[in-house]
Amino acid sequence: MIKSLFGVSAAALSLLILFGVSLGLQGVSMSAHAAVDTFEFATEEQQQRFRRMSDEFRCPMCQNTSLTGSNGGVAEDLRREIYLMISDGKTDEEIEQFMFERYGDFVFYKPRLQWTTILLWFGPLLFFLVGGWLILGIVRRAKPQEKEPVVLNKEEQERLRDLLDTVKDRD
Amino acid sequence: MPRLKLFIPVIVFLALAVMLWRGLYLDPRTLPSVLIDKPLPEFSLRTVELGDRVLGKADLPDEPFLLNIWGSYCLPCLQENPILMAAARDDLVPIVGVNYKDKLNLAQLWLEDNGSPFEFSILDESGRLGIDLGVYGAPETFVVDGNGVIRYKHIGVIDYETWEDEIMPAIAAVKAESRQ
Repeated sequence: MIKSLFGVSAAALSLLILFGVSLGLQGVSMSAHAAVDTFEFATEEQQQRFRRMSDEFRCPMCQNTSLTGSNGGVAEDLRREIYLMISDGKTDEEIEQFMFERYGDFVFYKPRLQWTTILLWFGPLLFFLVGGWLILGIVRRAKPQEKEPVVLNKEEQERLRDLLDTVKDRD
Repeated sequence: MPRLKLFIPVIVFLALAVMLWRGLYLDPRTLPSVLIDKPLPEFSLRTVELGDRVLGKADLPDEPFLLNIWGSYCLPCLQENPILMAAARDDLVPIVGVNYKDKLNLAQLWLEDNGSPFEFSILDESGRLGIDLGVYGAPETFVVDGNGVIRYKHIGVIDYETWEDEIMPAIAAVKAESRQ
């Protein structure tokens, strides 16, 4: 009796702990977004754009984080600038231009398509095509080659028949 | 010809190896500034030293000068201060500061404690001028020519070596040009 009671309370306790942990985790993920969500937008669409753009721009100071994920001073300022520009009714292109003029290609997680980035964009396709071409070549060469049908002239046919006949006679 | 084909993998391997080897020694922190040869941005801000007086681009020196981004919180700025002080003392080049994302009283205290190499320091509390300058953290130093055009940018602390090998030559080049 006591044992089973103990079992039940242990189960309840572990459930409680689980619940608490998940709540805590939720709190963490919510606070991670909180840094972004302090801005008030007029429309839902503007907010979506803000989220997308601060994900796509790279924080100049911290190298491998987006503006969204960074608490660096510059990242904070740049998020504010993006917010102001979106509220001002600036287009995505205008905001990208603003960032480019100050921080260069570095800020784009998705590099712009231009001469210097052409290999970056189409390199994989190039590798794929070259690889495919090589494989095709190898497969073709590996195919067993069909033999040409042997054609005997009259003399040869007679020799063959003679040979066959001698074999037969031997039996 | 088919002989040559045999060497293609080796050639590709060597090309990749050379590229990746070089990549190991590239510093990801030296970002090319897009602002080289661009005019300084407009601003109208107060300074650390001059009280309520608001300065703009027109108040900057009309000879080549250094624009140094600093803050009282910035340890490398403390490290490079003696070099800037020496340059100011020897009248090598005028130095204008940008007090970047700092508090006025802290900035004033820092200058009192460590000495000021600056003609004046533009007070950029919000970091907005910093954004226009493509700054991403103090210290950064621009070499600006007499027409207010950015000619060189150094990111990070200036030690004696960078002063001798980068900053001074950049200043000398700009000065030589303006003499012509």
